Amino acid sequence: MLRLLSFFFNLFEPIFKLAQRWLGVSRLGWVFVGPNLLVFGLFTFLPIIINVFYAFTGGVELMPLKRPYTGGENFEILLYCSNYLDVTTCNKDVFWRAIFNTGKFALLQVGLMVVLSLMTALVLNRNIIGRGFWRGVFFYPVLLSPVVVALIWKWLLQSNGAFNAGLISLGYNPVEWLTTSDWSFFWVVFVSIWAHMGFYTLILLAGLQAIPKDLYEAANMDRASAFTTLRRITLPLLMPNLIVVLVLAAIRAVQVFDEVFVLTGGGPGSATTFIVQFIYQTGFAEQIHLYGLAAAASLALATFLVILTLAQLRLSRANELGSKKA
Amino acid sequence: MIFPGLKPIVLAAGLAFLAGFSHAGEIRVMCYQDGVECDVAAAQAKRFEAKNPGTKVVVDTVPYKSIIEQLPVQLAAGEGPDIARVTNLGGLAQYYLDISSHLKNRTYMDENFGATAPWLAPSPGDKGVYGFMSQLTMTGPFVNKTLFEQAKVALPNAKATWDDWVAASNMVAKATKTKAAIAWDRSGHRFAGPAVSYGAKIFDASGNPMIDEGYKRTVEKFVAWHADGTMLREVWAGSGGSTYASSVDEFINGNVVMILAGSWQINNLQNKVGDNFDWVAVPNPCGTVACSGIPGGAAWVALKTSKSPKEAAAFLEFIASEDNYKEFTAKTNNIPAHAGLASKGVDYSSAKPQAKAALGVFSNGVASLAPAAYQFQGYKYNRAIMLPTVSRVTQAIVGEMSTADAVAKISSDMLDAVKQAQK
Repeated sequence: MLRLLSFFFNLFEPIFKLAQRWLGVSRLGWVFVGPNLLVFGLFTFLPIIINVFYAFTGGVELMPLKRPYTGGENFEILLYCSNYLDVTTCNKDVFWRAIFNTGKFALLQVGLMVVLSLMTALVLNRNIIGRGFWRGVFFYPVLLSPVVVALIWKWLLQSNGAFNAGLISLGYNPVEWLTTSDWSFFWVVFVSIWAHMGFYTLILLAGLQAIPKDLYEAANMDRASAFTTLRRITLPLLMPNLIVVLVLAAIRAVQVFDEVFVLTGGGPGSATTFIVQFIYQTGFAEQIHLYGLAAAASLALATFLVILTLAQLRLSRANELGSKKA
Repeated sequence: MIFPGLKPIVLAAGLAFLAGFSHAGEIRVMCYQDGVECDVAAAQAKRFEAKNPGTKVVVDTVPYKSIIEQLPVQLAAGEGPDIARVTNLGGLAQYYLDISSHLKNRTYMDENFGATAPWLAPSPGDKGVYGFMSQLTMTGPFVNKTLFEQAKVALPNAKATWDDWVAASNMVAKATKTKAAIAWDRSGHRFAGPAVSYGAKIFDASGNPMIDEGYKRTVEKFVAWHADGTMLREVWAGSGGSTYASSVDEFINGNVVMILAGSWQINNLQNKVGDNFDWVAVPNPCGTVACSGIPGGAAWVALKTSKSPKEAAAFLEFIASEDNYKEFTAKTNNIPAHAGLASKGVDYSSAKPQAKAALGVFSNGVASLAPAAYQFQGYKYNRAIMLPTVSRVTQAIVGEMSTADAVAKISSDMLDAVKQAQK
């Protein structure tokens, strides 16, 4: 098998030797990254450029050359409000509602996700009975498709679903879980945490297991309390993993779409309409397809994601510097 | 339906994508069905293939959502099937293929489908043949008669108003402990019927769309009926945006006394309700000025993306022939758009008595359609009115905005969309 592999890779040797002779060692790297750059450029950079182009054009035509240039009109339509304190006075109030919902969702979901993942990881890191089983239980939802997750919960939460059947059998009135704004928002956050917590728990668990045991033994000998050990040893050493979890969860929260779209459809009203759904609806689901407006909204989302990513870089660097000083 | 979102998401991506790939000699037909429309078309396709060796017809049955959301994007990108069954008749007209030069008998098409041909024309006065209506439809209510009998409440008469029906249905719902009295499909098309009945003209004297007092009155009533529990909340408040939601499943499951849907659901009700309860179609309830539904229908259209226009035209001509059209109409329990067949009458041999009675109610209802209803159906950008209606009225129902704000937003959204579409 090894011989076969080495024979296979040796087949390329003359080609690379030739390339090295032509290009020189310093430029040979481009040969290796070239194909990847081509694919990346075609499927990532080109769509970004097209998106920017669409954001400055109007009409309903899909083909770029048929679209009239409209300057900043899409941004004006999207962002204008006669009174910024009253969302109903905005041209596209649903866009602002989606921004607000996304912010609220990100704050709640990410905050709870980090705390719950950390707590779960701390428990799963202890020598509890059936530790492997519990790790599996918490990780299992991550393996499910978001659509499947949403359909399972929809089945449980719909008006004639399992939860209401349980309430009725206990003599209580059924609850409109998915058709009242507050409940539907609660369930969107809950289901999202349920579905993704296992992934973040796994990252934190890996971080916890990388902390040297002798530090805990030393703390134990110094009679440090459990809380002090957590504050002085666990959390500082887990900080790189916590930052990764925080940023990944935040980016994912801003991009939330599939689970919510299947679970609530963005409703009731616009109570669970988030920014990605607004883009999808404006560009593709409304039949008079406003691609330009959708592109402008997606640029706004991209700007927000860039800010988040820069914040992550800054946090990571600050953490690295802090570690080096320590 | 337990998982209403699954089919559209999975099937739409696969079948709609595949429908764009055909080669010469092969015709791909993108079809949605309320009952058995695509099954009947597929059987006819087999017969067509037998008569036309070398031509293959593939009928891709896709969810309605694919026809509404994916087909327009495919067509705009220059991809798509050879033939499709569509309901956005005027909205997609720019993509229709004129098959008149390939037809063996153009006169037959003009004589039998001439009345509805303008609905498919890309511009007024256009004389091309782009396809034909597979059926005519009309929006209208269905009532659970068994519940009325159990509650010992008499069915309101043919001239009863929406208020009469609300009162009667509420009495029935209360007496029979049914979840809610009424549900309307979550659709701006369905909403337009009662709106026209309450005096909405929808268009000004110049033919431009407008939201008037009649429309506003209907929004107010509809929101109030949600607030007092008359309407089943799940149908409209159960989704966001302008997503379509049918009320029929709730009716079939016995959760409502009355629904506002349309004639295309007759076959569905016949098949799914079975002997569970007696259902009847009733004339559209009256408002203050009319007792109107909205006409409509679906059409088989040839598309410019076709790589086999001659074969596509031949297949359309084949299924438009009187015998095949008659078979399609009878098996799908639809109202024919074929003038000759309509005058002769259709023997709905597969229809049970209540389905036959319902077909009669809808056929008779054509006479009571208000002029504004026809104008609304024929308007190229009618979806610019329908879709904001759904999303904004829902926002008013769930309390995100007042009814007055919702009406103002419907108007501004509509004008924005029309302005963009005309660029």
